[in-house]
Amino acid sequence: MTIRWGSYKVGHLHDELVRVAGKPRDYAQVLCDYLRNLSDAELVEYKAAAESAIHVMGITFRVYHDKEGSIDRAWPFDIIPRLIDKKEWQTIEVGLKQRVKALNLFIDDLYNEQKIVKDGVFPADLLKKSENFLHECKGFSPPLGIWAHICGSDLVRDNKGTVYVLEDNLRVPSGVSYMLENRQVMKRVFPEMFEQYNIMPVDNYPSDLYDMLAAMSPRDIAEPEIVVLTPGIYNSAYFEHAYLAQQMGAELVVGSDLVVGDDDCVYMRTINGLSRVDVVYRRIDDWFLDPEVFNPESTLGVPGIMRAWKAGNVALANAPGSGVADDKVVYAFVPDIIKYYLGEEAILANVPTYKCVNPDERAYVLENIASMVVKPANESGGYGMLIGPHSSAKEHEKFRKLIIKDPRNYVAQPMLILSTAPTMVDTKVEPRHLDLRPFILSGKDIKVTTGGLTRVAMVKGSTVVNSSQGGGSKDTWIVDMEGM
Amino acid sequence: MLSRVANNLCWMGRYLERAENTARLINVNSNLLLDLPKSIVLGWEPIVDILSFRELYYAKHKEATERGVITFMVADKNNAGSIVGSLSAARENARTIREIIPREAWEQINELYLFAIDNCQKAVARRSRYEFLSKIIESNQMITGILAGTMTHDEGYEFLRVGRNIERADMTTRIIDVRSASLLQETETEQSAFENLQWMSVLKSLTAYQMYRREMRLRIRRPDVLKFLLLEDRFPRSLLHTVQQAEQCVRTLPNHEGIVVHIKALESKLLAANPQTLIQEKLHEFIDEMQLGLISIFDAINATYFYHE
Repeated sequence: MTIRWGSYKVGHLHDELVRVAGKPRDYAQVLCDYLRNLSDAELVEYKAAAESAIHVMGITFRVYHDKEGSIDRAWPFDIIPRLIDKKEWQTIEVGLKQRVKALNLFIDDLYNEQKIVKDGVFPADLLKKSENFLHECKGFSPPLGIWAHICGSDLVRDNKGTVYVLEDNLRVPSGVSYMLENRQVMKRVFPEMFEQYNIMPVDNYPSDLYDMLAAMSPRDIAEPEIVVLTPGIYNSAYFEHAYLAQQMGAELVVGSDLVVGDDDCVYMRTINGLSRVDVVYRRIDDWFLDPEVFNPESTLGVPGIMRAWKAGNVALANAPGSGVADDKVVYAFVPDIIKYYLGEEAILANVPTYKCVNPDERAYVLENIASMVVKPANESGGYGMLIGPHSSAKEHEKFRKLIIKDPRNYVAQPMLILSTAPTMVDTKVEPRHLDLRPFILSGKDIKVTTGGLTRVAMVKGSTVVNSSQGGGSKDTWIVDMEGM
Repeated sequence: MLSRVANNLCWMGRYLERAENTARLINVNSNLLLDLPKSIVLGWEPIVDILSFRELYYAKHKEATERGVITFMVADKNNAGSIVGSLSAARENARTIREIIPREAWEQINELYLFAIDNCQKAVARRSRYEFLSKIIESNQMITGILAGTMTHDEGYEFLRVGRNIERADMTTRIIDVRSASLLQETETEQSAFENLQWMSVLKSLTAYQMYRREMRLRIRRPDVLKFLLLEDRFPRSLLHTVQQAEQCVRTLPNHEGIVVHIKALESKLLAANPQTLIQEKLHEFIDEMQLGLISIFDAINATYFYHE
């Protein structure tokens, strides 16, 4: 008997499974008892089983390595799941729907009447300086006014137990395939737990995604042609692109497979000749999407696809320009945005965010930089940010200069103490910090994945969960405790 | 099916076949050299010629030494026709269509490539050469088996087979062309025993020796070998067989009429030529014609499926 919950150190943190040492939370009791009764040998065996399942299933992600170029790595996975009580989850789900609904209204407004700017709720100056605002999209509104069809929002919990939205990814959020594959792995590793718990299934996602995409088709036909547009095999998320295409029965294409005809319709090159495409689930950033309009050097994109989209001959998910609403400066305004469009208070909390563009707030950030997290507005994957308490005075000074030079590009937040969950380290468990990325699909109605992708910082004390920087993941179980 | 995917499958088939054929060729040449007297200087140059790498080779090497040629044909990453180069290309083809081919096949291709990279130096030393080359051949046979046994025999599979058969046809004609040219005329009796040996090696390069013996029980003679390698439609590496296979594959694909015309043209020339009676010079011309025919077939496939507008 190897896992002793009595010596599991929760400390001043909030742990997702364990309340205080030796006392699991109600919904985690069954799991913790089960784990406690496993021998070292069993734990090693189950861990190996998970790793072999990951290997056999070919779950990989790509990292860029200085010396070896880009390489495929097996997906780091922890066998202890992260549990959330269904009752709590239902509130989060409603909150996410509210948030994404408001964000879509916001994007549509920005590209059209800009009422929110005229009403003084969102500063005109910030909009002017936004790097992700695409002038090409002005005056256009996609069907149903929906721009961000697929959103991945990152949630964290602090040491008081409050759930916050850390950021919204409205461009090409990735990770959902790992959520799906993690569940497959867990079913192989802990089948007993699936009998003892009511674990809400996650596998609806590919068909929900398919239905949502199919409903966007400009042609009213029974089987619209849907394609997943990938930048190609060297992209870090290529595994996911191929996986989703396969799961939906859609064609996986690269830019050169597609061509825009004189009729402003999109076609793909097949062995039967050119064949019309109705919906493109694109996993390429705006900047590379159409060399006629954006980066003329781009070989990843499709010349003319913006023309075809504006003519209404093809649907693009997510719509170009959606990124205007996911930079870290806009984030600070989300509670106001929700109130403005929906007349409601935000259900999910925002992390208090200081906008360096405001002189008062900037002064506060410069003063307190050592205790704050500073983020550039437009980077993703944890790049280019400063974690004050973990950085040297030299780095603090460097960021002070960066902020003064380009204040619009930076926001800062107090350092949240993220919640932890028991994570296997050899054959023992130790607390590791984690977050959660649910995915929200917006079409005729809004659907949220059951749970999402839990990312965990495998390094002790670290809060960096990105897979590109040593993070791993856990399966996420939304457990229905009614009648248990 | 996407043109790009079909094209990748076709080339994956070609490159895998090329790696195997090159391995066979080197294996047989190694054996042959051990049997020939020192007075017959055959050496390794023919291998470079068979694969049309004369220029590329001599740009880097002064002489066609054993070490030089083997390194060039097995391990040189910059030579797209080397075993490592072919497997690397096959792997890249497979990787971009991982969702199309069975996972096991991808894993085997990946593993074979990694094996070749890690072990290619083994091909240089005579002692370990056979083991290395056999592994390349066997692994490729296994991949062919996995694909045949687990991949849906749909259009994609046919593209793969077309590629394999065109490549095989190409290699068969190359081996006949270069080997027969380097063989000495039947004048001196002493050397004709060795000539026998060399025709045997031609057969062995195409794993045709055993099957030839079953078919033609007589001693090994040039006309019989040529007839067998070019016209025996039941032998899977003969030119006629590979061309007929390519036709069968193509007929399952859309818009194949234009391609079949090219295949039929080659086939009727082949059947009408009586190549076994051709003297060396004429044989060379004939093989040239066959090669041009193969190129025109492949061009027609390219134009019909891959690069149409």
